[in-house]
Amino acid sequence: MAETALTTHGLSPARPDGWEGIAADWSSDQRAFKNVSWGKAMMWIFLLSDTFIFSCFLLSYMTARMSTTVPWPNPSEVFALEIAGHHIPLILIAIMTFVLISSSGTMAMAVNFGYRRDRVKTAVLMLVTAALGATFVGMQAFEWTKLIMEGVRPWENPWGAAQFGSSFFMITGFHGTHVTIGVIFLIIIARKVWRGDFDVGRRGFFTSRKGNYEVVEITGLYWHFVDLVWVFIFAFFYLW
Amino acid sequence: MVDVPYDAVTEVPPAEVAEVDLYHPRSWWTRYVFSQDAKVIAIQYSLTATAIGLVALVLSWLMRLQLGFPGTFSFIDANQYLQFITMHGMIMVIYLLTALFLGGFGNYLIPLMVGARDMVFPYVNMLSYWIYLLAVLVLASTFFVPGGPTGAGWTLYPPQAILAGTPGQDWGIVLMLASLILFIIGFTMGGLNYVVTVLQARTRGMTLMRMPLTVWGIFTATIMALLAFPALFVASVMMLFDRLLGTSFFMPALVEMGQQMKYGGGSPILFQHLFWFFGHPEVYIVALPAFGIVSDLISVHARKNIFGYRMMVWAIVAIGALSFIVWAHHMYVSGMHPKFGFFFATTTLIIAVPTAIKVYNWVLTLWRGDIHLTVPMLFALGFIITFVNGGLTGLFLGNVVVDVPLSDTMFVVAHFHMVMGVAPIMVVLGAIYHWYPKMTGRMLNDALGKFHFWVTFLGAYLIFFPMHYIGLLGVPRRYHDIGEAAFIPSSTHTLNAFISIMALIVGFAQMVFLFNLAWSYFKGRPSGGNPWRATTLEWQTPETPPGHGNWGKELPVVYRWAYDYSVPGAPQDFIPQNQPRATPVLQGAAP
Repeated sequence: MAETALTTHGLSPARPDGWEGIAADWSSDQRAFKNVSWGKAMMWIFLLSDTFIFSCFLLSYMTARMSTTVPWPNPSEVFALEIAGHHIPLILIAIMTFVLISSSGTMAMAVNFGYRRDRVKTAVLMLVTAALGATFVGMQAFEWTKLIMEGVRPWENPWGAAQFGSSFFMITGFHGTHVTIGVIFLIIIARKVWRGDFDVGRRGFFTSRKGNYEVVEITGLYWHFVDLVWVFIFAFFYLW
Repeated sequence: MVDVPYDAVTEVPPAEVAEVDLYHPRSWWTRYVFSQDAKVIAIQYSLTATAIGLVALVLSWLMRLQLGFPGTFSFIDANQYLQFITMHGMIMVIYLLTALFLGGFGNYLIPLMVGARDMVFPYVNMLSYWIYLLAVLVLASTFFVPGGPTGAGWTLYPPQAILAGTPGQDWGIVLMLASLILFIIGFTMGGLNYVVTVLQARTRGMTLMRMPLTVWGIFTATIMALLAFPALFVASVMMLFDRLLGTSFFMPALVEMGQQMKYGGGSPILFQHLFWFFGHPEVYIVALPAFGIVSDLISVHARKNIFGYRMMVWAIVAIGALSFIVWAHHMYVSGMHPKFGFFFATTTLIIAVPTAIKVYNWVLTLWRGDIHLTVPMLFALGFIITFVNGGLTGLFLGNVVVDVPLSDTMFVVAHFHMVMGVAPIMVVLGAIYHWYPKMTGRMLNDALGKFHFWVTFLGAYLIFFPMHYIGLLGVPRRYHDIGEAAFIPSSTHTLNAFISIMALIVGFAQMVFLFNLAWSYFKGRPSGGNPWRATTLEWQTPETPPGHGNWGKELPVVYRWAYDYSVPGAPQDFIPQNQPRATPVLQGAAP
């Protein structure tokens, strides 16, 4: 994997641009995506598959919401908080969204420093990203707790269609699981960066392959995807 | 490709990337059990799939015993019959065919055929198998839990799938859904490997349009699976919640035994859409690898280049794409809007175009070929005939007005068994006869193979042809005892008994095949490296069976497409893909 990413020996530097370039790459031997490592290609294809999973979840939720005969609870009211005597709709979700989008920013910075082979800054920024992600999950746990205290259950809720609770717990739960997995991976990779694995070419425990800083970018791809999915969940579940 | 003068050496670009370190096993356990070698994983996948497939085969015998001789076998009651059809269908479609084509043949053939040393992520590939094994064990465990396996039918339609009255309501359905979720997770790990290996890890000179059609079929099917399984994943998760948490995604308001149930407001039709958005591509996930493999079998054993190679590739891709927009033709009787029926009938019939292209090209490949009636070739020919038959009844069922009266009759059962049961199994068997020498270094016994083929092929027809007729009479499927009804002539019962006896005979022939596999492993005739005189890379390995890393020191370099058979003027009737010139320059010979 290390070698596929960073060495381009033998690849002719002058390749045609645009559609001609795409046609030339796809009709060439060895690789369809020149300069794309195996790991990055796999992550992109996985994300494509995962997109279908989230799309199916969201479409199912929309079908349920549109076809229900019982009124759907008003998200602005359900997700409102009383803060210092003020009734603010959607405030928690707004903060959560802000936190998650910010974590995408720190992730992008980590990728940048990774390519400069700046061991310390990369690791620190990845840990900051992980911390923001963990904060997001924590706030989600708070949100779940609040709703459960108010009587929302997967099978019923005090305000209307039962599918509200079902869809809410299922979709945010599935997304939260993705964030949690992302946080775990960020911490693992940050540890490897911090330890200098990618500078000395240390071999992976399971794969016995040498890693390199590109792993930071691959983790970043996943992280940005999870953010992007959240934007859709935010739009379709909370703002609708 | 073909218009290039046969003796010209094409320029092969230098290697773009250095070779990646292979994982080297250090013990017996990491070599044969927790192996990261795609070839070992392939055999693990194949053996597991065969083992669970045998269970499904036995279930089909039990079902046929009941249908052929109702009332004779007291140990099969109505509930068990439903459990048998469910498990038979689910195992055959997903745990046998999908796993065997993609996990088995995909793992074995992709790295060898594209000239790679292994899959790109061997560790993930290994995990894929172990999760698959776990899924199979969870599925098999349902036979031993209280209430037994689910009897909801392989489509698992709610609401009946999770209601009392359907067998396996307590444990069976829960474990079935859990097993499906596991299968999808495991498959995704393998599938990512297959796709990236084909896209990014080919050897020098191996362009996409030089790949054998086997790789094209498996590759396209894998991409489809990565996009179709998510729908089943989501449907399984939601139904699991309906069953365990009491949510109502798929459950409408229901009255059971006079009591209003806690469910309400869900949509059973939503499940059908999700299920068939997976289910229809699934048909082609099974069919496309079969198409690819059979193209190669025909070309090799007819000693002739495949007719219309590029057309074949694009037909595979077109079928793959189209199969995502036809799913609701399984739902004509679900009460959907007639305009949807019109749309889905049209797209369904359009699929017949690329499919027909493939069939014509197979036939034209055979035309004036030097046909060797070897066992793999017999199975390939059997596939073409069976597939055409099953495909034609598919055209019937694709039309709404014809489908509505035939829906849920034995005609449908006969149709899909022909087109996606018998036909792909023919290819699986042919492919095993074809590649077994590469996997073991020994030939399978020819006489036993021919016996196996003829009994299987003729037997399959004797089973499923009468079944079409029974279906046209209106005999419904999934009935454990059709009893006496005015519209069912008594000859139907005779036919049913006949079908059952044939099913047992065909089942017996499969035992002969298994015996052949085991016997030939020890006593078979040594095959050498390339017994079929084939051009593709897997036959050019330095060792047979191929060693760890497949290629020894040097990766092969590809100079030509996969189908240089009977090239005029060439000294042999095949030119391997890694051979620069048609005329090999002999060492020490005068120039």
